[in-house]
Amino acid sequence: MPAPPIVEFQDVAKRYGGGPLVLDRITFRSKPGDFTSIIGPSGCGKSTLLRLIAGLSPVSAGTLTIGGGTAESAATELAFVFQDPTLLPWLNVAGNVRLPHRLRGVPQAQGAAAQEQALALVGLAGHARFYPRQLSGGQKMRVSLARALTLSPSILLLDEPFGALDEMTRERLNEELLAIRQQQAWSAFFVTHSVAEAVFLSTRIIVLAPHPGRIHAEVTVDLPYPRTAETRFTRRYQDLVTDTSRLLHSVAPAA
Amino acid sequence: MPRRLLQVLLPAAIGALVIALWYGVHTWLTEDMRFLLPAPGAVLAAFRDHGSELARATLNTTEGALLGFILAVAISFAFALGLSLSPLVRVSFYPYLMILQMTPVIVFAPILVLWVGAGIKSVVVITFLICFFPLVVNTTQGLISTDRNLVELFRMYRARRLQELWLLRVPSALPYFFTGLRIAATLAPIGALVGDYTAGSSAGNGGGLGFQTIIYSSRAQYPALFATAMVTCALGFVFVAVVVSLSWLVLRHWHDSYDRADG
Repeated sequence: MPAPPIVEFQDVAKRYGGGPLVLDRITFRSKPGDFTSIIGPSGCGKSTLLRLIAGLSPVSAGTLTIGGGTAESAATELAFVFQDPTLLPWLNVAGNVRLPHRLRGVPQAQGAAAQEQALALVGLAGHARFYPRQLSGGQKMRVSLARALTLSPSILLLDEPFGALDEMTRERLNEELLAIRQQQAWSAFFVTHSVAEAVFLSTRIIVLAPHPGRIHAEVTVDLPYPRTAETRFTRRYQDLVTDTSRLLHSVAPAA
Repeated sequence: MPRRLLQVLLPAAIGALVIALWYGVHTWLTEDMRFLLPAPGAVLAAFRDHGSELARATLNTTEGALLGFILAVAISFAFALGLSLSPLVRVSFYPYLMILQMTPVIVFAPILVLWVGAGIKSVVVITFLICFFPLVVNTTQGLISTDRNLVELFRMYRARRLQELWLLRVPSALPYFFTGLRIAATLAPIGALVGDYTAGSSAGNGGGLGFQTIIYSSRAQYPALFATAMVTCALGFVFVAVVVSLSWLVLRHWHDSYDRADG
């Protein structure tokens, strides 16, 4: 018997207030451990889809099941990484990484180990006392990632987390993200504009079409893990990038 | 010449120039008019001759200014918390805050003396009234200017409203709060002096700088009057210096206005 899905969309639709449909007839399921990327042209509801999983906004129709329950009840299973690092500038790195535990009322003695481990995972163990403005864009994003990892989430939601970084930094962070995934068992939902990034990271890519946002195609990425910088030079990787780009262009003729 | 040296020398030179000009105008005036602008030496002598009463008056005014200032900080903070709740609350209260600010305190002062009684109480209330507005406006602005993304982050972690307030809204309002504090710090000694000018005369403690202003002007002791003005000015500088230092201590690590402090 296959493992029960960790996230299941069943005919989900979403509109804000009385506005037009943002998402329509979204149906898919992900297994625990899946790394699902969501790509599509602007305005196709990628971020909205993530917000639904996060429980930041309710679905308008259909059912969304997370870990067998509702998005609201699954709140403690989730961690969110935004496009912006969203660090509190008045707290140092340690303070920022500690924030989720503080908000959940976890005593510091109990959370310290997880916080240190998370910082070590993103390679910033020596930067605990730095303040955000002393860090580079990539380092800030790492802190943001460490903060999300402190709660040992079973689902990690990432909304274009590396979109504002230069290509080199982005590729390195992609590799590190996968390395962390080798050590921690979370499922990921990753919104991005970059086909290359989606192929490199994911087990599966969902291509959305806009107005209203709906599933246009799905791509299964059969590249074996662990994936490294070398993976990008393989024929299979490049074919997948090409195929997925074609799919994306078939929804969005170049503007 | 090195820039740092110039940064010290130029202000000093301008200070010397102003004193020279002051002395020049004093000697240029005809003998019977010189009382209008006492010589720098005469003002210095006034500090010596009236030293003890000026010291006492300064202490009293400082007490009034400090109490009124602290009261204004505390109450304006609570008020700003209320105002930050919703735009409706702000729309409802802002017109009356404006009225409070637009009404010159000096007009109100004699009535206030009747209401709360003469002496330090009036001084404190008047200082409070003068400091309140810039504090409440700035703090409120700070409390409602929280980064939307950070609010979203707190919602995502299901932060309670009080956590959102103390861990997010209040710290991010601090730069605005300190802007208000700086303005209020320049106003507090002036407020206390105005209060004392109207209400301090019958105070049991001998009055403050405002009261001395009345005495010196009625006795035509103009050098002492100049000395009083200088003391008040110095008091203002001390207030501002304390607030600026406090602001530096709190914000230096993270606020962009202190970006050069540490790389």
